[in-house]
Amino acid sequence: MTDSLYDIIEQVGRDLYLRALKDIPADVRRGIREGLEAERREGNRTAEQVMFTILENIKTAEEQDTLVCQDTGTPIFKVRVGSLLGVDIPRLEESLRRSCERATREHPLRSNSVHPLTRKNTGTNTGQGIPIIKLEFAPGSDRLDIQMAPKGSGSENMSFLRMLNPAEGVRGIKRFVLECIFESGARPCPPMIVGIGLGGTADLAMSLAKEASTFRQIGSSNPDPEAAALEKELLEKINQTGLGPQGLGGATTALGVHIEWAHTHITQNPVAVNIQCWRGERAEATIAADGTVTYL
Amino acid sequence: MATHVLETPLTETAVRRLELEDTVTINGTIFGIRDATQIRIFDEGVPPPVDLTGSVCLHTAPGVRRLPNGRYEKVSIGTTTSTRMDRFVPGLLETYGVRAIVGKGGLLEGSIEAMKRFGGVYLAIVGGAAALETLQIEEIEEVWWEDLMPECLWKFRVKSFGPLIVAIDSRGNSLYRQVQAQVRERIDSMF
Repeated sequence: MTDSLYDIIEQVGRDLYLRALKDIPADVRRGIREGLEAERREGNRTAEQVMFTILENIKTAEEQDTLVCQDTGTPIFKVRVGSLLGVDIPRLEESLRRSCERATREHPLRSNSVHPLTRKNTGTNTGQGIPIIKLEFAPGSDRLDIQMAPKGSGSENMSFLRMLNPAEGVRGIKRFVLECIFESGARPCPPMIVGIGLGGTADLAMSLAKEASTFRQIGSSNPDPEAAALEKELLEKINQTGLGPQGLGGATTALGVHIEWAHTHITQNPVAVNIQCWRGERAEATIAADGTVTYL
Repeated sequence: MATHVLETPLTETAVRRLELEDTVTINGTIFGIRDATQIRIFDEGVPPPVDLTGSVCLHTAPGVRRLPNGRYEKVSIGTTTSTRMDRFVPGLLETYGVRAIVGKGGLLEGSIEAMKRFGGVYLAIVGGAAALETLQIEEIEEVWWEDLMPECLWKFRVKSFGPLIVAIDSRGNSLYRQVQAQVRERIDSMF
């Protein structure tokens, strides 16, 4: 890749950060509209008002060209690198880091990035290990696909891991997920998107849960029929709890339940849960080999 | 489930009239407070430099732009989770006469009791709906303790601020507690 392509990556990263904060994805909007209809059918006035206000807020952000939520999140990039591009990965990472610094300075955005011990804020929304960059490689491709999610903290604080016994089986998994919903309550800004990581090791399970909560589309199903059936069952159960929008009661506790899985050890049954708030923020763009950018 | 339009400052009578799931919108001024603001007031023992009697306090740390004249312009003002700042609520009500807390996520038993005793309410705002909040906050009128930026003590002028839902009233009722009990029961019946 030429020098100018790293400049393009920097510009695209900056734009995606701002787009993700301002423009809610179509699948999430659809989920919220369906939730509003469900609350109307139930005749729950409080829940209906909450869902209506969420939609009004999304519209206002669009009209005023402003942020949907004040939490500018932790920047996460998921990049799929075409193998034919010959990308210099450290330079790609540097461009994405600069893209966050630029978005923060130029908009301006609140910076959330602090040292875990001193709590000193870097002021740039970047720092050691931040932005988080997840790389995938696409054989035979000459494109760069970039997804960006500024993960909000109210929902991220609702993250759970349990190394269940294999003997606890699927029933144990279901029970643990429902307990996580109870524990989360109103705090992650429901209606939420529930990401579940099954199998792997402890760290892989959590990484899969993040992928499920943050990068999957509402209404999508896991290609594995067993996992897809469990997604459907858990969505029904979570909505049957009655926690509702903002934890004030109602039929719409979750907009979606997504499972991502990996094989695991014979003696393990890891379950990780990561919650995403109703905002479901993410944005995506593709950069072609000639530098043409398409925002999706 | 009545609808109320309230002007600040709030009286005890106005607050005690509110019932769970009533809808409230506010005109006048509200104060923005967060963790650091209240650590200064209660843990460091520094009284707030402004009278909070009858006030409405919002749990926030706003995103702002500093203007050349030293004033602040709003960029994005939203609400943070109240549960984290639960321990300061009884003091705000008893010592400083605050009448309403606006936040998301709810408050715990000690605060519910204080609301009953001193005449206060918790008004739930829709968390994450910062675009609307920012629009309803007309101006940042004053700011104290700028060294705590962005967790300063903020004074905002608001118009039709809401909708806010009465989630804890001044009679010891909490909508969060009611919903939680129902969720517990339903989960237990599933397994």
